[in-house]
Amino acid sequence: MMNPVQPKPCTILDVHKESAHEWTFRVETDMKVDHGQFMQLSIPKIGECPISVSAQGDGWLEFTIRNVGKVTNVIFEKTAGDTMFLRGPYGKGWPVDQFKGKHVVIITGGTGLAPVRSMLNLFASQPDMVKSVHLISGFKNEDGIVFHKELEAWKERFSTIYALDNDTKDGWRTGMVTAFVKEIPWDSFGGDYAVVVVGPPPMMKFTGLELLKNGVDVEKIWMSFERKMSCAVGKCGHCRIDETYVCLDGPVFPYTIARDLVD
Amino acid sequence: MGYTLNRQQADALLAALSKDYTVYAPKRFLNQGRYSATDVIRYAEVERFEDIVWQTKSDYPAKEVLTPIQQALFYFTEDEYRESKGPKKPILILARPCDINAQHIQAKIYAGNGGYTDLYYERVREMVKFAMMECCGGDDTCFCVSMGTNKTSDYSLAFKFSDDGVQVQVTDNAFASYFGDLPQTDYTPSFVEENELKVTVPDLSDKEVRKALKSHPMWQEFNSRCISCGACTVACSTCTCFTTRDVIYGDNPEVGERRRVTSSCQIAGFDQMAGQREFRSTAADRMRYKVLHKFHDYKARFGDSHMCVGCGRCTHRCPELISISATVNKVSAAVNEIKAGLAQK
Repeated sequence: MMNPVQPKPCTILDVHKESAHEWTFRVETDMKVDHGQFMQLSIPKIGECPISVSAQGDGWLEFTIRNVGKVTNVIFEKTAGDTMFLRGPYGKGWPVDQFKGKHVVIITGGTGLAPVRSMLNLFASQPDMVKSVHLISGFKNEDGIVFHKELEAWKERFSTIYALDNDTKDGWRTGMVTAFVKEIPWDSFGGDYAVVVVGPPPMMKFTGLELLKNGVDVEKIWMSFERKMSCAVGKCGHCRIDETYVCLDGPVFPYTIARDLVD
Repeated sequence: MGYTLNRQQADALLAALSKDYTVYAPKRFLNQGRYSATDVIRYAEVERFEDIVWQTKSDYPAKEVLTPIQQALFYFTEDEYRESKGPKKPILILARPCDINAQHIQAKIYAGNGGYTDLYYERVREMVKFAMMECCGGDDTCFCVSMGTNKTSDYSLAFKFSDDGVQVQVTDNAFASYFGDLPQTDYTPSFVEENELKVTVPDLSDKEVRKALKSHPMWQEFNSRCISCGACTVACSTCTCFTTRDVIYGDNPEVGERRRVTSSCQIAGFDQMAGQREFRSTAADRMRYKVLHKFHDYKARFGDSHMCVGCGRCTHRCPELISISATVNKVSAAVNEIKAGLAQK
């Protein structure tokens, strides 16, 4: 019988410090992952935690991690050549096929950029895939900015608005991401668009409301959730909200479902 | 096939069954109850007829045989994970209809949800056969008839116990050989047809009603009554939630195991992620979450039945005397009030 919670050992290829508290770990594996899916990272003697895949390539996956818990604190002690255990991938990712040929608006808060990073890179490398990409990316302050190089590169490819909540930075705006929703040229899309929102729960809640206020079609909005999980395969119950399991039915949800989920 | 066995014959049957099966039944543990000089009745291996507690409902459910409070998933030494091993010997569980029906409910989560089969559940479940204990009526916390779980046909043997011995029905030919030349007698088990307690599960199919119910003031009561101890979910016949914990063996920090430990949505921190605040931070939130799972959400996902068999163990074990049946009736009252309010709009 197959054991869906059996972790597999993988070698860490590289550790890249995005910010003081957010590092990206590149891990050697042949596992194929849909954009927006997540995996369980496993450290024997410590435990497991669900982390979304922040980039993928031939023979490797990347995870962008903040050291805020028991497992992630130990992962931060690891360096290239060390072993990390993985299992997955799990959940439903972004419906990339549905985004093809459309104007795609992506709004992220903080490290919420990680679960959309691989999809953004896909759109950057295959510009014909979508009509346009509008990216609004907000961070609390300059110390919280991740993926510096890519943020610069995406400026060339996409229409971007980068912002810090309260601080100022050259070329960046100041304010919450919700403040910039009205600057997206919604009328020019002819209804042919999709919106992706990822960030902390309050950010997603208020961004959803702001989108509706701007006349955005509720059926065209997608969000990615984050919840506590032990198993990631619909057994442990930690991530359940109503009749929905975030690990199985999410983490990516259409807003029509996401807005009605009450923890 | 039916047989009537005296105590001595029943002991001999149990001895013969024990050769081929690990036999689990409710057993009394003297002075191990939660108050001084009280006992606890829980599932354990039984070897003698007199070990089997049939007169009263067990404090803890039969699920503990299939999904123990804690179990090892993996053993690790340095960088290797080795899967724990399952039972080698088939298992026979003596259980009342509510406990047998509860396994059909648990199986929907463990063996079906999301297309993933849980190895640790399935490897035990496929070894299990049930011997149904005819229920002698339960107690004043039972409401199996209201939940439709008073009957079952999922058993290989049926037992009706008395002080003198046991009447047996054999429905699975694999067990015929244990009765040898004993004379056959007529015994067909009967089921509880009525409980003292009756519960009407409210219709929560309307999304607006559900939404209003979630923020209804009725839940506030639990902020002062519920102490979030989780005793109700541990005693529950159907609750499945668990957390995984890694344990290091004391004298060698390189060796240890990954365990699955029973968890509870009623305990603070159940939904808390590292570095973030809880989603359900009050006892009221957590009670609402549990009750709606039992009486709406589970059925909305899996279709057949609610996630409650009416065994009443949660009511029985609650140190704050919170009754699940009274709570469901309060939900019904709140739903009626909400529906009346919506109709006026």
